[in-house]
Amino acid sequence: MASSNSHLPSPHPFMANTAPASYKELLRVAEVTDIEEVFEQIPDDHRFKGEWKVPKALKSEAALSKHLTSILRKNISAADHISFLGAGCWQHYVPAICDEMVTRTEFSTNVWGTPSSDHGRNQVWFEFSSQLGELVGMEFVGLPLYSYGTAAGHALRMAARINGRNRVVLPASLDPERAKVIQTYCGYKELNGHLEITYVKFDPSTGRLDLADLKSALGNDVAAVYFENPNYFGALESEAAEISRLAHEVGAEVVVGVDPISLGIVAAPSQYGADIIVGTTQTLGVHMNAGGGVGGFIATRDEEKYAREYPTLQVSLTATTEPGEMAFGLTLFHQSSYGSREEGKDWTGNSVYLWAVANATYMSLMGPQGFVDVGNSIIARASYAAKKIDDIKGVKVLWKDGFFKEFVVNFDKTEKSVKKINKKLLKHGIFGGKDLSDDFPQLGESALYCVTEVHSLEDIDTLVEALEEVTA
Amino acid sequence: MIKSKIRKYHAASWDEPLVMDLSQPGRRGAMAPEIEGEIASTVGDPTSLVPSALRRKDAPVLPEMSEFEVQRHYLHLSQQTLGMMGISLFGTCTMKYNPRLNERLVYSPFVAEMHPHQDPATMQGILEIIYRFDEILRDLSGLDKFVFQAGGGADAAYTMATITRAYHASRGELAQRDEIITTAQAHPCNPATAAAAGFKVITLPLEADGYPSLEALKSVVSERTAALMVNNPDDIGIYNPNIKEWVKVVHDAGGLCFYDHANFNGVMTRIRAADLGFDACMYMLHKTFGGLKSGGGPAVGAFGCNKKLIPFLAGPYVDKNAEGEYYLKEGLEGSVGRVREFFGNVPVVIRAYSWTRAMGIDGLRDAANISVLANNYMEKRLLAIKGVTKGLPEHTKRRLEMTRYSLGELTADTGVTVVDVQNRMTDYGVDAFWLSHEPWFIPEPFTPEAGELWSIEDLDYWIDVLEVVCEEARKDPQLVKTAPHNQVVHKQGSANLDDPKNWATTYRAYKRKHG
Repeated sequence: MASSNSHLPSPHPFMANTAPASYKELLRVAEVTDIEEVFEQIPDDHRFKGEWKVPKALKSEAALSKHLTSILRKNISAADHISFLGAGCWQHYVPAICDEMVTRTEFSTNVWGTPSSDHGRNQVWFEFSSQLGELVGMEFVGLPLYSYGTAAGHALRMAARINGRNRVVLPASLDPERAKVIQTYCGYKELNGHLEITYVKFDPSTGRLDLADLKSALGNDVAAVYFENPNYFGALESEAAEISRLAHEVGAEVVVGVDPISLGIVAAPSQYGADIIVGTTQTLGVHMNAGGGVGGFIATRDEEKYAREYPTLQVSLTATTEPGEMAFGLTLFHQSSYGSREEGKDWTGNSVYLWAVANATYMSLMGPQGFVDVGNSIIARASYAAKKIDDIKGVKVLWKDGFFKEFVVNFDKTEKSVKKINKKLLKHGIFGGKDLSDDFPQLGESALYCVTEVHSLEDIDTLVEALEEVTA
Repeated sequence: MIKSKIRKYHAASWDEPLVMDLSQPGRRGAMAPEIEGEIASTVGDPTSLVPSALRRKDAPVLPEMSEFEVQRHYLHLSQQTLGMMGISLFGTCTMKYNPRLNERLVYSPFVAEMHPHQDPATMQGILEIIYRFDEILRDLSGLDKFVFQAGGGADAAYTMATITRAYHASRGELAQRDEIITTAQAHPCNPATAAAAGFKVITLPLEADGYPSLEALKSVVSERTAALMVNNPDDIGIYNPNIKEWVKVVHDAGGLCFYDHANFNGVMTRIRAADLGFDACMYMLHKTFGGLKSGGGPAVGAFGCNKKLIPFLAGPYVDKNAEGEYYLKEGLEGSVGRVREFFGNVPVVIRAYSWTRAMGIDGLRDAANISVLANNYMEKRLLAIKGVTKGLPEHTKRRLEMTRYSLGELTADTGVTVVDVQNRMTDYGVDAFWLSHEPWFIPEPFTPEAGELWSIEDLDYWIDVLEVVCEEARKDPQLVKTAPHNQVVHKQGSANLDDPKNWATTYRAYKRKHG
């Protein structure tokens, strides 16, 4: 047997006990002579005996930083170029204080403490839910979910559990990325809990839901009708109240997806009949992070019918044992999968709780007037961009009115593909809009352009000039 | 015997009000960019751009505060969070150092301001890191491909459940194969995601030696078996030595085998999922690989699989073409589509790659050695404390990186519960320990995980605080039962938060119910 010194670890900045004296003390007290003794449970024939390919350590932070930076510098970001990409992940201004809070070590490195020792963090979560509830007009809000699409998937399953039906009605205009997530959540017909999907067409003259097609899709077996405001094309569903009314008429739940940054100027979905509201949280103070900034939420009225179907965790304001002192405790934990395993309401796990810190900070910074101003700033810039782009010869904005932040640009008359146009725009330092030609062939050579408060007049004019050149 | 000097700790307590109560009319915390004159004159009044039926009439009731007031409020709340500023040995979560360098990098525009739909030519940096990390995990597991779309370990388990559906559907056997087998000690996300994906769940009970018997497995495996989902070692440091036979039994019956490697820290560089026969496995990048916990994500459950399952992987994932360029590949024909939008929490993957490069293969080996050794060190000292007993004492072999203990004797003697002890330990600046997943099969359980981060002095302090609290429980049980006393606030009151009269997840609901 090897002596205790046969495998001393090599000192490493991340591991205090790599110091020889510390390591030897661990061995001594644990009564271990050879480190392999503590691995006695693992049979010999389970062990890997080959050569590893994992590279050797870069223990020096300077060396590691240089290595990583040399790779990451190959990226060109939306801060280097002017980006008009949206489609489920949007470039908004992230206030510096949001970044300060999410990089606070107390918030970022921890896991779970007790309600008393995590009081501050739990209060942030409660403030997240409370402020988001004000924006969407609902009194019961869960902690965040992985994304907009997963929130929608879970919400549709909540609706099906509530009314025991098994068909959901979705807009055909849905973001394909989000649609694929929702399809996954709807399951397979061979297995339990499958939800059949019926897609409702969009009106080619408006980009909005086709109400006649919706009516033909409805029936007493519909668990939920889902639509979004704004929808994937950026169009605002101005007949939202009528959609809700039609859905309610057949006893379906109305699930509405929303971008909360619009809610300073656009009505809260609770005002036009939504029963369950879902949406993104990324637009509230979170960087795009190559898609790693996405997050979602579920909000409803504070009714047991809904509350008892939430798959998420949620914090409730309550009191401590001391009069007048606030406490934040988990509510309805037992119905989560942590509490009830396969008997729980769907499932939960790690989510994007750190982004709730950014979201809470963002909503507090903006306040009521900030949301009005940013909403106006976005809709004005997007409308300006649409008008200017529509003026370009051969280029057409498909639906010119009633959109927020995003709009569809068609290039058919230029006889150039979006793919080609975007390649050329890249040479002008521009990320063109998301190519829709594969996902929505009926729209021809079209792209989804996104314009937010980060785009200055100059940025937009630069785009218009570049488009004039590359489409000519 | 107490070795440390017990600190006179007290948590920061600002008695910080709710942000909604800090509002003063007319204050502003952030301004939107002013609309340029040319834009305004072109589009007119922005209000007119929203269809009249959809205009917001009532302003949202949000706080009105200056920028500094918002900053100070949230800083106060961060200070009122113990976080890892004390000592956190939260079992199953593998508390690690999260190198600050990584924060500097991922908050740089070349990560933070990247859009997932960018032309891959402009994303070569992040795609290269993701691909290089995929290669590292392939090496550590023996599997053939890793993808990072899943937003946590549970999402990776869900990924497996969806791939299981697609795999059996592709063979026309899904209607027949509707059962997923797991164990009582598997993390709840395994049975829960299997059920959510539509499968019937079969849970095998543990035997006295800490894992279910091979015979029990054989008795439930059949032509209805779709998959096996297990942890090994589980979260009490017990390794199932029959796992290869388990995999064979399930494979022989036509099922798939998924290895939930949540507890990888103690076995990394010793065993590989593929060598044990598994078709797929999952690693927690926010735990084992030094990403951030973030109080519950953003996280990544890295999902790896063998060639048999690659056709079913959700897209988009990173691949490399013959020219050495990285690109995003849509799933193949049998793809399950998506479990979540886009290709994952990229900053977490970058952190994990960075951490793994800082460690190197030797560092990973040392980390595994130290985490298991430190757990055995803790065991020697913890079992010397009166009232602490070891769970599953029949299993006499050395535990891996975690051991589950019981305070049942202390509770019987004093009435002080494990939750009381947990609360009281925070009075000494020690973060909560983890108890156990539901259902508890050991009375008053607690499960510390030493990991490789914490120094021997930190471990000693943690153990000493537990000993002090156990002594307090015997001398003055009320002191412990009413704990904490040095924390931000006292312990939660007795209101039943599962009662709709009491619960309030928003301030508006609270005010309506409680005035």
